[in-house]
Amino acid sequence: MQNNPQLNANGELRHLLSIEGLPRDVLAGILDTAASFVGVTEREVKKVPLLRGKSVFNLFFEPSTRTRTTFEIAAKRLSADVINLNVAASSQTKGESLLDTVSNLSAMQADLFVVRHGSSGAPYLIAQHVKPHEHVINAGDGRHAHPTQGLLDLYTIRHYKQDFSRLCVAVVGDILHSRVARSLIHGLTTLGTPEVRVIAPQTLLPAGVEALGVKVFNNMQAGLRDADVVVMLRLQNERMRGALLPSAQEFFKHYGLTAQKLALARPDAIVMHPGPMNRGVEIDSTVADGPHSVILPQVTFGIAVRMAVMSIVAGN
Amino acid sequence: MKILIRNGRVVDPASGRDAAGDLAIAEGRLCEALPGKPDRIIDAKGLVVAPGLIDVAARLREPGYEYKATLESEMDAAVAGGVTSLACPPDTDPPLDEPGLVDMLRRRAKVLSRARVYPVGALTVKLAGERLTEMAELAEAGCVAFSQADEPLPDTQVLWRALQYAATFGFPVWLRAEDHWLARGGVAHDGELATRLGLPGIPAFAETIALGTLFELVRATGTRLHLCRLSSAAAVDMVRKAKLEGLPISCDVAIHHLHLSEQDLGYFDSHCRLVPPLRSQRDRDALAAGLADGTIDCVCSDHTPVDEDQKQMPFSEAEPGATGLELLLPLTLKWGAQQKLPLAKVLGRVTSDPARILGVHSGRLQPGAPADIVVFDPGAAWRVTPDALRSQGKNTPYLGYELEGQVRYTLVAGNVVFEQA
Repeated sequence: MQNNPQLNANGELRHLLSIEGLPRDVLAGILDTAASFVGVTEREVKKVPLLRGKSVFNLFFEPSTRTRTTFEIAAKRLSADVINLNVAASSQTKGESLLDTVSNLSAMQADLFVVRHGSSGAPYLIAQHVKPHEHVINAGDGRHAHPTQGLLDLYTIRHYKQDFSRLCVAVVGDILHSRVARSLIHGLTTLGTPEVRVIAPQTLLPAGVEALGVKVFNNMQAGLRDADVVVMLRLQNERMRGALLPSAQEFFKHYGLTAQKLALARPDAIVMHPGPMNRGVEIDSTVADGPHSVILPQVTFGIAVRMAVMSIVAGN
Repeated sequence: MKILIRNGRVVDPASGRDAAGDLAIAEGRLCEALPGKPDRIIDAKGLVVAPGLIDVAARLREPGYEYKATLESEMDAAVAGGVTSLACPPDTDPPLDEPGLVDMLRRRAKVLSRARVYPVGALTVKLAGERLTEMAELAEAGCVAFSQADEPLPDTQVLWRALQYAATFGFPVWLRAEDHWLARGGVAHDGELATRLGLPGIPAFAETIALGTLFELVRATGTRLHLCRLSSAAAVDMVRKAKLEGLPISCDVAIHHLHLSEQDLGYFDSHCRLVPPLRSQRDRDALAAGLADGTIDCVCSDHTPVDEDQKQMPFSEAEPGATGLELLLPLTLKWGAQQKLPLAKVLGRVTSDPARILGVHSGRLQPGAPADIVVFDPGAAWRVTPDALRSQGKNTPYLGYELEGQVRYTLVAGNVVFEQA
């Protein structure tokens, strides 16, 4: 088997492809660096010169607004030049291969590729082929990983709860298709979270999910009991009716987060969501906008976390 | 041409013979003693002399996919791997569903005069799973069996009728057991690894449910059924029971599935994107044991040359398959060593056993049998590199590995078609 492709010979982060396999100190290092950037994002002049002169290519093979925008903002605050490519609409439809697209951009002197792709593992393929000075950050690949989202979730949890070693975190919804869930679960277990729960109907749980180190609950009430953190996942429209689920209504009734169900969690529980939210499908508006919700701070922290990742990766 | 192969370790799986000796060849056949002086003497000291390998699944990519491989390159690969007979599945473009295509393929192969080619005809027109092909015509043109290759046949009414029709003429049908709906969209074994990597899975019961259906239809129709490329421990158990019951079935396993498991996907290694998918280590061990105890009749290369462009893709999008003709012998020897089996039995799984399934007279060393022979050095190690492979397909999970077992001479019908000092 190959060595972990995201670390260099010194064990430093060269690419960020997945949270899985990252040593605990590397993870904690990213979160600490992010904390130092939170101050920058609150200043009047929101810029630091860490990536001055570097070119960041946002390479999105799947549509995205929020993730792409936050990467763009993060890169600009690091003083990098940012080029946004919506590849879904250009060369790929003309039959150009993924690697050809990347080598063309590489010829334009790229330093950092931020990649989102619909196929699990696509950023690994790119990372195997880029030049030694080029770096790859996975901005979401298929069902596999969304490491910067996972990191910003970890950052948010650490911000509100400080210590992972006593926490119970419940992740609710479409685990089967969720790269967000996979990344967060790996991060939580790496940082020593004693109890990570997944709550979903059997149709939305992947085979052998227990092996990731989680407890499985089919019943939401049971799964939420005494949770410190509740992470709701987005349910894609196309999955709401068919063989996986009969209807959005029935899903909401059993797995939607309402104030009543949230009352089963700890009184100081926080509620998170990677966005974009389906109000009335996975989460009730009173909860999404309520006092337990930290959904908007997640977005703000996301910029600092992405700045941290870019500066660390491109600095190594 | 009279050839004498001298001083070799002669292994004949059909008779169980494994002893030092000579082998005499005249007029394309094995004989007791040469009538007169040999035209050529091959010194096989320290080498194994055995029947040439018979591979029941090797894609030659002609017609239609010449950019992936040509008949010429793959026939070179075959004899370099000691394969003297091979059956090719019908998934060419167009598929082998017309006698003219089969005839052309056989003629092209004959002109190259390397390995013997046995085409497997399409069971349904265009492999679309809707209309039966003219099986009798195709058999006359040289098809030895009928198959859907890796194309689905979800309509059980058509499947039933196809088996009945084949049984009418006594034609064997070769099918891979996989429920089309359960496997739909899947690219890896539905287990812990697919969950971690976020790859859509194919559960093992996609195989066993299809097996159950096929066994019922065999009971109803009496068709001789060969099951292609088993992949799970549960399937091995089902085949074992069905054989005890006396069903007229046989089966094979692909060489990669004896050695690799889902863990070998590592970080999305598209060389391990195979059909059927590599499953758990328990499944792999059951396949290796099933081949040893005879539940699985033979092992094939499932040779599938894929061009580099189609492999340099994200795992799910990469074209499945691995090159295998030149790895069949070393990987079979490796399996045999792991199972601690006598060499004659090991080689039986790639010679006399597949010969039985194909219904051919080669695959053994009795006098009068066709002189299809491989002479190899069982201990010689070689590194699997793109340059070392004659196949146009360089796609193998074994790239960079060192394997033991190197072919020195390959003879087909008494002619030396490959030699390497």
